[in-house]
Amino acid sequence: MTVLQGPAGVEGRTIYKRPSLLTNTTSYCPGCGHGIVHRLLAEVLEELGVGGRTLLVGSVGCSVFAYDYLRLDAIESPHGRAAAVATGVKRYRPDKVVFTYQGDGDLAAIGTAEIVHAAARGERFTTIFVNNGIYGMTGGQMAPTTLAGQKTTSSPGGRDVATTGYPLPVTEMLSLLPGVHYAARVSVGDPGLVGKAKAAIKRAFEVQLEGHGFSMVEVLSTCPVGWGMTPSEAMHRLTTEVMAAYPIGTFVDRPRGIAPSLPQPGSPTRSITEGF
Amino acid sequence: MAVLERPAGADRPHIVASPPGTGGEASSIPDRVLMKGNEAIAEAAIAAGCDAYFGYPITPQAELLEWMARRMPEEGRVFVQAESELAAINMALGAAAAGARVLVSSSSPGISLMAEAMSYMAGSRLPCVLVNVMRGGPGLGSIGAAQGDYLQATKGHGHGDYHVPVLAPSSIAEAIELVGDAFVLAERYRTPVMILADGILGQAMEPVRPDFPTLDRQAPDWNIEGAEGREPRSLRSLNLRAEDLERHNLDLQAIYAEITAREPRWTGEHLDGAEVLLVAYGTAARVARTAVERAREQGLKAGLFRPITLWPFPAAALRDAAGHARAVLVVELSAGQLVEDVRLTLDGSVPVMLHGRMGGMVPSPDEVVEAARRAWSGTEPAVSIGPAETQQGRVR
Repeated sequence: MTVLQGPAGVEGRTIYKRPSLLTNTTSYCPGCGHGIVHRLLAEVLEELGVGGRTLLVGSVGCSVFAYDYLRLDAIESPHGRAAAVATGVKRYRPDKVVFTYQGDGDLAAIGTAEIVHAAARGERFTTIFVNNGIYGMTGGQMAPTTLAGQKTTSSPGGRDVATTGYPLPVTEMLSLLPGVHYAARVSVGDPGLVGKAKAAIKRAFEVQLEGHGFSMVEVLSTCPVGWGMTPSEAMHRLTTEVMAAYPIGTFVDRPRGIAPSLPQPGSPTRSITEGF
Repeated sequence: MAVLERPAGADRPHIVASPPGTGGEASSIPDRVLMKGNEAIAEAAIAAGCDAYFGYPITPQAELLEWMARRMPEEGRVFVQAESELAAINMALGAAAAGARVLVSSSSPGISLMAEAMSYMAGSRLPCVLVNVMRGGPGLGSIGAAQGDYLQATKGHGHGDYHVPVLAPSSIAEAIELVGDAFVLAERYRTPVMILADGILGQAMEPVRPDFPTLDRQAPDWNIEGAEGREPRSLRSLNLRAEDLERHNLDLQAIYAEITAREPRWTGEHLDGAEVLLVAYGTAARVARTAVERAREQGLKAGLFRPITLWPFPAAALRDAAGHARAVLVVELSAGQLVEDVRLTLDGSVPVMLHGRMGGMVPSPDEVVEAARRAWSGTEPAVSIGPAETQQGRVR
């Protein structure tokens, strides 16, 4: 517990308490968002009182180290397969709280099939999807989530959408699936946003604890080293350029009646029928 | 005649064949039932206490998936038809990590997709039984019986220094027995175990005893279940410090050495005084067995050595069996895979010839008798693959 003493005569108050599920240090780069997301996860699981029965399904990338910093039972997955691994875990132990912790290279490139089908089946686990728009671990290559024009080590002239396509809006895509019961995109760009991010992560786990289907939170994050920026420059880019390309918000919360309005099978929308 | 319920296609009942006078006709449990190999393997896994099954449709193993689709929910156990073999094996990885007794099945192309996770499971020491109902390859190949995955199964599906025990049934009754044994090995050594069958073993029907063996269970003390009141466990293969990873590899190698010392299995027929020794496994061994009988009727002293564990290879037993032979003939449904282990084992002490067929072609017993006769007389080429009439691929 960190206690700051106020001026003489003023009672001290706790402004930060390390969650018991968090270990002491991380090896993440200065300005990297993983440490913030880990802390939010630890706080949420502690507040929900489920840390002792929560199983972490790890992934490949910098996110692989999560099991060193969160005091949770954990299983490692091959690159991209976390959603399949979590399916196996949760189906066998539906009484446990299960979540995957995946980066954008893992989830949005090599693991697209696994995440889409786990979401389509409405698997009752939670996915924390940390999107920093780059392959950080391997040295800053272009990811499917890299912004148009962004320079990376594998798009040295900037991402050319004509040849490499457009940034993949994974959470919007998954939100269309009836199996997805909660989906939100949040950001760790400033303290206010971090507070909202925590609320979304908490809600995602509540949806799981209530027995509903798939829940996920995409967390827009930073990679100062991969982006070639200082930590504060990276946070600035996150709150401007990145959040402009990836709008934050709650896309789906089916238990609370928030769902994308889509044409239902058998009832074509007016605009389509009128067009014909 | 009695009927055992089937999952799909109830219009095709299992016929129970009770030999006259055995009393099986009157019993509520028939003494023998005709079962498809794929279905028998599935039911054997259920009897052995399989908690979770994950699969993806592929011929010639699809009936295994279909059987599980009905039976696992009936038993209140986990069944998921995955979106790919990649997903199926990774679901198995997750369930195994949580402590489940897990079965996965596929056929050759699907096994190639599963190779990555096999490596992870070996590295993370997760028990699992994987059935490969082999088909003809390479590539999409055919759906006929073949044994072209021998090297893949025994020398490594995925990356890294690891082995998994490989059990090769030669009949459906034996497959049932080996399913239970595979779970025992998987849990004893905390390793994936492969059952290597083929299209004929998967698709054929044979009479089997329906009293499938059950298996005891010991609660694992390494699985993930939540770290309440203890230090967290992480099941992983990542080990970035070279010293640590070498130590982990040494631990794995020690386990493989123990398996190699304790678990080789084989069987043989007419091994005493065999002058020409046939070596074959699985369906090829069924043909070789008939060939040995016919050869002996014709006065040729032939014997059969049949490895049941392909890894660990029963090397010491093969050396003993080949001790007095003037020639060894390896019969396989592939172009020279098993023969590599046989040659390595016998190390030039006796001439070793290969008779191989591929692509779903199965040699006739008479074709094998002829090859055995030539092997005995020293006129069989070292490598003979393909149909006899073409002479193609013959190397002297």
